[in-house]
Amino acid sequence: MFVPKQIIVINVFVQPDIVLTFNLFEWDLLVRQAHRAGVLARLAFLLKAEGLYEKIPEKPLNHFNSAIIYIEQFTYTVQWELTLIYNALKNHNVPLILLKGAAYVQANNDAGKGRVFSDIDILVKKGQLKVAEKALSKQGWLFENIDKYDQEYYRKWMHELPPMRHFKRGTNLDVHHNILPLTSRNCPSADKLLANLVQVKSDGIWVLAAEDRILHSAIHLFYGGEFEHGFRDISDLDLLFREFSRHKGFWYKLLDRAVDIEQSEALYYAIRYSKLIFNTPISEEALDKVSTSLSGVRRYVMDFLFIRALMPDHESCDDQWTGFSRWVLYVRSHWLRMPMYLLVPHLLRKSWVRLTGKTEH
Amino acid sequence: MFYISIPPFDVQLETDIPAVINSINHMYQYALKPVEDTEKFSDFHIRIASPSSIRKYYRPQVQFYIDGKTPFKPLPLSQAFPFFEWGLNWCIASHTYQYLLLHAAVVEKGNQALILPGYPGAGKSTLCAALVSSGWRLLSDEMAVIDTKTLELIPVVRPISLKNESINVISESFSNAEFGESFLDTAKGTVSHMKPPKQSFIQRNQRVQLKWVVFPRYLATQSTLLTEKEKGETLIELAENSFNYNVLGSQGFNVLCDLVASARCYKFEYSCLDEAIDLFQTLANEQ
Repeated sequence: MFVPKQIIVINVFVQPDIVLTFNLFEWDLLVRQAHRAGVLARLAFLLKAEGLYEKIPEKPLNHFNSAIIYIEQFTYTVQWELTLIYNALKNHNVPLILLKGAAYVQANNDAGKGRVFSDIDILVKKGQLKVAEKALSKQGWLFENIDKYDQEYYRKWMHELPPMRHFKRGTNLDVHHNILPLTSRNCPSADKLLANLVQVKSDGIWVLAAEDRILHSAIHLFYGGEFEHGFRDISDLDLLFREFSRHKGFWYKLLDRAVDIEQSEALYYAIRYSKLIFNTPISEEALDKVSTSLSGVRRYVMDFLFIRALMPDHESCDDQWTGFSRWVLYVRSHWLRMPMYLLVPHLLRKSWVRLTGKTEH
Repeated sequence: MFYISIPPFDVQLETDIPAVINSINHMYQYALKPVEDTEKFSDFHIRIASPSSIRKYYRPQVQFYIDGKTPFKPLPLSQAFPFFEWGLNWCIASHTYQYLLLHAAVVEKGNQALILPGYPGAGKSTLCAALVSSGWRLLSDEMAVIDTKTLELIPVVRPISLKNESINVISESFSNAEFGESFLDTAKGTVSHMKPPKQSFIQRNQRVQLKWVVFPRYLATQSTLLTEKEKGETLIELAENSFNYNVLGSQGFNVLCDLVASARCYKFEYSCLDEAIDLFQTLANEQ
């Protein structure tokens, strides 16, 4: 079994003070892996919190400083963008509900510290989708130039509108009405999520409840099929678990909720790989309860695939099976997302577009 | 494997393309260094190699890898060295936020720096090469790297990239100017690199305070003309010429304000390099 112990960025997350023993070559590898995984700023804040930042040698320190300067400006820009989205929706009584990265930042979660993301994801009640779409496009968020097939595909089968982009500022916005495609086998009811929202700050910005935030993160990572940011995403889960376990009764709530919205399998993966990779402290009961979800063989196969796919996308973290694993999981994600009669024509069309060299967007 | 030391950056380059090896050995002669295994920290890990595809049998290409990833489309094999230079510019510009970066040439005389910001075709590199060949020290041909706390200019000594007619102009006017290979038919026309003088490499750790900001403009029939430039206008145009001003935010604005306030700012039109060199010498003597 391939256990990712030799991956230096993981070692630092698990035991930050090992950086005190690092020579410059080890710092070199740490910065490269962290940069590629998109966790350089997160690591910078971790080292600061542990009182280790002053011990970083000058050369690698430049990279951490650079990442912090970037994240400061990024946070400022996101704040401004959220204000504009909020204002666009407010007049139509559409509440601003944030998902993923933007939600972690606004909810002040540990996973939001140093978190970079390229899109802002929001959730809108299906009945308000048309109003929201119109309100946003009036303020300059336009659909990217995608062909008719993709437009229709999004609207008919997906859990979100086609991606929007502000015509002036170039910022990306994804408007969701659910957290899994409508065609997937275990698509949860959006109403259940909407009934459980939490208000952050007092300015009418909402996020999913803590347990739903975790389940959404898990669904996105383990059914999404894209692993470019897989390492950052499993690190998100690790941080969310650690933060929320400080609240009494959290694990019960989480397990019940997973059953309630039929996402126990996603939660199983989240707990299993967060613990395997980051040694996340998970309550024994929770482990017992979820560990029966998969048969031995299936667990072995999934471990083989996910452990590889979730490593930082850097050559020092690959073995000969990494590319294969990511490919299998990509195909799996489509398989889970759509029934056969939709999947086959869809993949054929995508391959045709790729083969003929037409760009998709 | 090459370890190239161009403070504040250390670059690791892996390549087996003979033309690149030759150019690096020539152009970066004074910047190459041996490195102990445990001391290997590099800011950028670059590989220049042929992409694996059947094209290599009928139209050989070269690819730029930054730590295993390929941000660009491949180029013809003959452009491998300019590809390295452009790629390295991109690496610096898109990973460095701890300094303010301006698209400008920087030279020094009497411990005072002159910044030549450049719109494409304005003749910044030509003027830079001429000044460097006449006794000014080269800090950088492509970007001004500014310490946001001390406002000092940090040298990044690398070859001066000259295009088209400029190559002949400089090589004919200055017998001491040392050129590498000429690369024909690149996206920017013919490109050739001038090797920085050894003295510039020796002083590559010496930072300098800014004294002059000069926006050059080469016009074929123009007589030499230096005119003062409004500080507000200078500030706006420097911001437009910055690679990372948008990320530095208000800090970038404050740094630019302080820089411009302390500098003498000019517009400069020229066609005759000798006159230009004399004029800058006069400026440097004024103190």
